[in-house]
Amino acid sequence: MSEFKTRLHSVPSGGFLTDRDKDKKPILDVRELGIDFGGLTAVDNFNLMIGRNEIAGLIGPNGAGKTTVFNLLTNVYQPTRGSILIDGMPTAGKKTYQVNRMGVARTFQNIRLFKELSVIDNIKVGLHESMKYNLASSLLRMPNYWKEEKKCTERALELLDIFHMADLANTQAGSLPYGAQRRLEIMRALATGPKLLLLDEPAAGMNPSETAELTETIRRIRDEFNIAVLLIEHDMSLVMGICEGIAVLNFGRIIAKGTPDEIRDNPQVIEAYLGKKEG
Amino acid sequence: MKTNRKTIKMPVRYLMNAVLVALLFVGLSFLTQNVLSTYQNKVLLTVGINIILAVSLNVATGYLGQLPLGHAGFMAVGAYTCALFTKYSNLPKGVAFVIGLVLAWIMAGLFGVLIGIPALRLTGDYLAILTLGFGEIIRITLNNIDDVLGFKLFYGAKGLKNIPKYSNYWNVFLCVVITCFLIHAMMKSRHGRAVLAIRDNEIAAESCGIQTTYYKVMAFAFSAAFAGLAGGLYACYLGVLDPSTFGFMKSIEILVMVVLGGMGSMLGSILSATVLTILPEATRSFESYRMVVYSLVLVLMMIFRPGGLLGSYDFSLSRIVEKAMNGELFRKHTKKEAADHE
Amino acid sequence: MTVFFSQLINGLSLGSIYALIALGYSMVYGIILLLNFAHGDVIMVGAYMSWFVMNQLGLGPVTAVCATIITCTLLGVVIEKIAYTPLRSAPRISLLITAIGVSFFLEYTAELILGSGAKVIPAYYTNQTFHLGKVPLGLTSIITLVVTVLSMLVLTFLVQKTKLGKAMRAVSEDMDAARLMGINVNSTISFTFAVGSALAGIGSVLYCCSYPQATPTMGSMLGLKAFVAAVLGGIGSIPGAMIGGIAIGLCECFVSAIGLSAWKDAVTFAILIIVLLVKPTGFLGRKVQEKV
Repeated sequence: MSEFKTRLHSVPSGGFLTDRDKDKKPILDVRELGIDFGGLTAVDNFNLMIGRNEIAGLIGPNGAGKTTVFNLLTNVYQPTRGSILIDGMPTAGKKTYQVNRMGVARTFQNIRLFKELSVIDNIKVGLHESMKYNLASSLLRMPNYWKEEKKCTERALELLDIFHMADLANTQAGSLPYGAQRRLEIMRALATGPKLLLLDEPAAGMNPSETAELTETIRRIRDEFNIAVLLIEHDMSLVMGICEGIAVLNFGRIIAKGTPDEIRDNPQVIEAYLGKKEG
Repeated sequence: MKTNRKTIKMPVRYLMNAVLVALLFVGLSFLTQNVLSTYQNKVLLTVGINIILAVSLNVATGYLGQLPLGHAGFMAVGAYTCALFTKYSNLPKGVAFVIGLVLAWIMAGLFGVLIGIPALRLTGDYLAILTLGFGEIIRITLNNIDDVLGFKLFYGAKGLKNIPKYSNYWNVFLCVVITCFLIHAMMKSRHGRAVLAIRDNEIAAESCGIQTTYYKVMAFAFSAAFAGLAGGLYACYLGVLDPSTFGFMKSIEILVMVVLGGMGSMLGSILSATVLTILPEATRSFESYRMVVYSLVLVLMMIFRPGGLLGSYDFSLSRIVEKAMNGELFRKHTKKEAADHE
Repeated sequence: MTVFFSQLINGLSLGSIYALIALGYSMVYGIILLLNFAHGDVIMVGAYMSWFVMNQLGLGPVTAVCATIITCTLLGVVIEKIAYTPLRSAPRISLLITAIGVSFFLEYTAELILGSGAKVIPAYYTNQTFHLGKVPLGLTSIITLVVTVLSMLVLTFLVQKTKLGKAMRAVSEDMDAARLMGINVNSTISFTFAVGSALAGIGSVLYCCSYPQATPTMGSMLGLKAFVAAVLGGIGSIPGAMIGGIAIGLCECFVSAIGLSAWKDAVTFAILIIVLLVKPTGFLGRKVQEKV
């Protein structure tokens, strides 16, 4: 346990944990994570710890391996090396859906909604596990089917209200505008009741005012749902605006960790980005 | 959250649909007894059986988004199960038939699980060809198993004869209604939503905590089970079973019904099963041309309306009535009722 | 041992017919991802053509062979132009149903015009049997094997070395990118159908050398087997089709040889299922993984 404590202070997401999260078990503890595709090492020696209520950022140039990290955290890819602890529980050997039930929900860089379903049904799919009735109840329309479905509808509408989308409940998800699709994906992830929310470029394709609103909403989600958020984002105004700790990834390795201010002035980070831009 | 739109309460919806079904039953009974000839009544039974087949395949194609080509195999499993049970059990007619059909349903469902677990590891055309293979294996096995085991049970290509002919208009109708209801009930529940979610995006569904393999196999087995039910009815309608009926062409025939009706539309499956059963029978006088025309219709249909007859539209009596209510028809409904809904 | 070798030769020659037909499936699938159900029926039409030319017109076998191959080639292209081109952007399942429709159409039209009875095709040549040691070796087997190997070589050259072959590979890799690079996608696809159907024509002649009769439904099971061969070998792969075809031919002959001919199709499908479960894209197919 003492060793654990020292690690806790040595490798949190931003090189520190905020006072708020210091005494609690971290929600995510990744140690020495790595994956090889064939002979290519996509991610290596990845260490990250995220506090219970932290909003953390994972940034880096294109192709740095950020989305691969998300895929590793949700066991879409099985890691070659290292371990992932969600709330202290190892995820090794678990399926993606089991990792979700352990408390990790995510969104996707290339939006993956259930396009043919209505907005509310998308959310209800997220609520799937929280509904307690079996196949027989639904086939015979038993009382608990009606009760649970009613509860589920109410809960889904509540969630939709976070982004003020309740009046779009019966719209087909695929026909929503781009920004609304991104927001719906976040709500669907929230519906699964996560302790850690992974957002893959949530502000992509949004204009500055939408991004500002999203920033506020992410903060509100963290506070209301009492969860941690890890986000990948290229929009620096969003990252610098809400992240308490930031990790910078380049060529599959973490090159810097720190607070937004530390990252902004870090010469290695500037080189990674500018080198990319000019090169 | 609450809109001003007037809606119908749940029990009323069910009542309305029950009334509709009852009217249909009475209407059709009148037709069968007074208008239709014996031959036409037989066609009507075939329509019912084909509706069950199409609606059940629609679960796997339309809702799960896969393309199994072995549906006739499951039908065969059900047909032989029911035939053997009704033929050799000495139970009274009604009891034997009901148990036979339930057994057919269960056996075909079990085969669905057994075949679904390996088959659903693949997708798309590979799944199609794999299920086709399983279907053919079932047919060939039924054809030859007696020789191997030295039994006189299935009678192979000679055909299993003297199956009691229990199927009639009303029990086929009942089975159609039960099938449609159960499939509808399954799809409009968390299980059905999971199946649709997997169809739309399997990776996203899994990341939402849905155990994708389980639900895929469940939908597949559901689809198979009702094909088995149809098989049971078929066995007790024809009285004779020959494995070659359940070949790959039969599976294709059912698939065509589903696709022409519009994948994912139950009403579409029902309508196209009806039309595609009656059409070839009605044109028997043009015997030689009819299949040519049938195939031409198929091609033209796909070229000019690739989404099928109804696309993914599905009929809902309550929705239509609700529309009428919110239009000019029933202005007198109070707001309170609308707010009460769900 | 003699039995073994003669079955081996039977299997190889049957397998190479499957392989030729499988190539048609494989190439079409490779380029537009369609299971061309009508492919087997192209073979049936070819067989009737041979019968028509030799039996009805009384012309010689060379004319018959040429007519068969040309008919199949044209038929393949016509089917593609009429039935598949309008559906280029439609869902895959619509395309599949169209293919099934075309297949039905060909079968029932043949039945309508020529009746469902079998038409006996006159022999293209007098069969002779040679002996390799004690193993009997029919001329038909030799011709089949030689023609197949030659066709494969020509096809490989065509696909690997010529400009059209390069265009075919480009279109099957990425249709839109190929179009942007100035490749005429439509004519490339038609060309693919032409080549596949020409191979079907050759397959049709070879098949009729061994089984000299034509029926309206002869194409469906033959086509299905060839299709299974294509999937087994890895659909979209030329050597794969060859391996798959021969594997199935050998398997059928040996299963029949041990007295289980009633089960030979079941064994074929069982092998297919096992292979697909172990290696989901067949022997030589490429694995495509969805990017998350």
